[in-house]
Amino acid sequence: MIDFLRANMNLVIAIGGVFLLLIIATVSCAILKKRKPENDYNELGLRIRTWWIIVVIFAVSLLSCIEMFLVFMVFASFLAMKEYFSLIPTRRVDRRVLLWAYLAIPIQYWWIYDDWFGMFIIFVPVYMFLLIGLRLVLVGQTEGFLRSAGTIHWGLMMTVFSLSHIACLYLIPLDEGTGISWKTLVFYLMFLTQINDVAQYVWGKSFGKFKVIPHISPNKTVAGLVGGVVSTIILAVVLGPFFTPLNFCQSMFAGLIIGLGGFFGDITISALKRDLKIKDSGSFLPGHGGILDRLDSLTFTAPLFLHFLRYIYT
Amino acid sequence: MNSILRYIWFEIFVKGVVLVVLGLNIRNRCRLHRHKQIILVANHNSHLDTLVLMSLFPYKEMNNIRPVAAMDYFLENPVRRWFAEKIVRIVPLSRHLRSVRVDPLKSCSDALKEGYSLILYPEGTRGNPEKLKDFKTGISHLLKRFPDIVVVPVFMHGLGKALPKGEFLLVPFYCDIFVGEPFFWQGDRVEFMETLNQSMNDLAKQGDFKAWN
Repeated sequence: MIDFLRANMNLVIAIGGVFLLLIIATVSCAILKKRKPENDYNELGLRIRTWWIIVVIFAVSLLSCIEMFLVFMVFASFLAMKEYFSLIPTRRVDRRVLLWAYLAIPIQYWWIYDDWFGMFIIFVPVYMFLLIGLRLVLVGQTEGFLRSAGTIHWGLMMTVFSLSHIACLYLIPLDEGTGISWKTLVFYLMFLTQINDVAQYVWGKSFGKFKVIPHISPNKTVAGLVGGVVSTIILAVVLGPFFTPLNFCQSMFAGLIIGLGGFFGDITISALKRDLKIKDSGSFLPGHGGILDRLDSLTFTAPLFLHFLRYIYT
Repeated sequence: MNSILRYIWFEIFVKGVVLVVLGLNIRNRCRLHRHKQIILVANHNSHLDTLVLMSLFPYKEMNNIRPVAAMDYFLENPVRRWFAEKIVRIVPLSRHLRSVRVDPLKSCSDALKEGYSLILYPEGTRGNPEKLKDFKTGISHLLKRFPDIVVVPVFMHGLGKALPKGEFLLVPFYCDIFVGEPFFWQGDRVEFMETLNQSMNDLAKQGDFKAWN
């Protein structure tokens, strides 16, 4: 127990900090409800309650061991993929192909456990890419072939390949005994990505005027984007020494790619939803919408952050 | 013994699969629980329909619900028969009229008289996946006999994709469930069927789902 605490000091304090933030949010929501009963805070309350559940599950799986965390990630990818395949138009003959796509999830995470980065990085882009096409050909229905091949592989890339990069931080070689481990890297990435979402929202709501891309997401403003990215960079620099081996300039760059990547991940899923003419990707997370609504930013920030670290440390 | 198996099957296996593998989006769930005895009327696309609908109720309440199912299919072989009768506890319904003197709805009437709620699929068969067929009028004959039992229309989408007729591999898909406003028998068969069809079509429109081929 003592050894565990000593080895994971930074992480334990950080997760304690997140719980503190949640307590503050819960209390402020309760106060707001009392002070201004005329406004509707149900959505906000639901959102915070869902955050509690996400944070508890995330904290337990991250603090225990890599196996637990991989199971957590397999499950997250599975839920995201299921949501995606339920939203997009599919053909009846695609069922068998979709089953192969689902099977790819545990395999992709197995490469991480197996410490085989080479396979991890080509499995979905090469082997699954070929297999999906092949299986669709064997199905034998040419009408809608290209649409199925494209949408199924795009889903695999977003929900399996991209998201698995979070767990792939496990493969970054680090010095031992510094209190910095793959766990702190995962925390750093996830925390900054989520805070970046919040920061962009708050800056946009407070000072937003000029829209960045009105055709895709009318709520995204220049002030939100710039304010969010700057806040994320500052936080990245402040937290960098405790969670990563990065120096000052490298932390700044990490903050920049997480800030910008988060923005583009967000609007990519927005574009998808706009194309399918839906508002939320689902209702799995009460107050947030679907699981894709929550993971959208990570589909961009996770690969960018991992490969940035790999340029420096391998 | 059978009730233990039934408990394991519904409370652990079915609810587990529904929660993890499928996942439900339910609109207006409270309408299911407003009345003690109901006739739940739903569209039929998959074997999963009955299991999912039953999983919407707490175990105690579920024990009071019996699905009406085709005799010729479910009582055909001994294993299926045991499963249908002892585990799911279906109300068997004959799809073929053998004689004019036999009351085809007797089993349903008896179950209702004993106080059970029923799950009914007036489309008659699972049919093509994710396509709503016209409702058969048998249900109106039943309701005429029980004008004080409420009808709860339910429209489901997604299960026909997860496990369509003739397939044995389950592919995970989210399932959307729309519960309509409960209503009673209005004294006229044509009027009743119109209300039912209208309510079902309205529920289907809420989802705006595309055809699936």
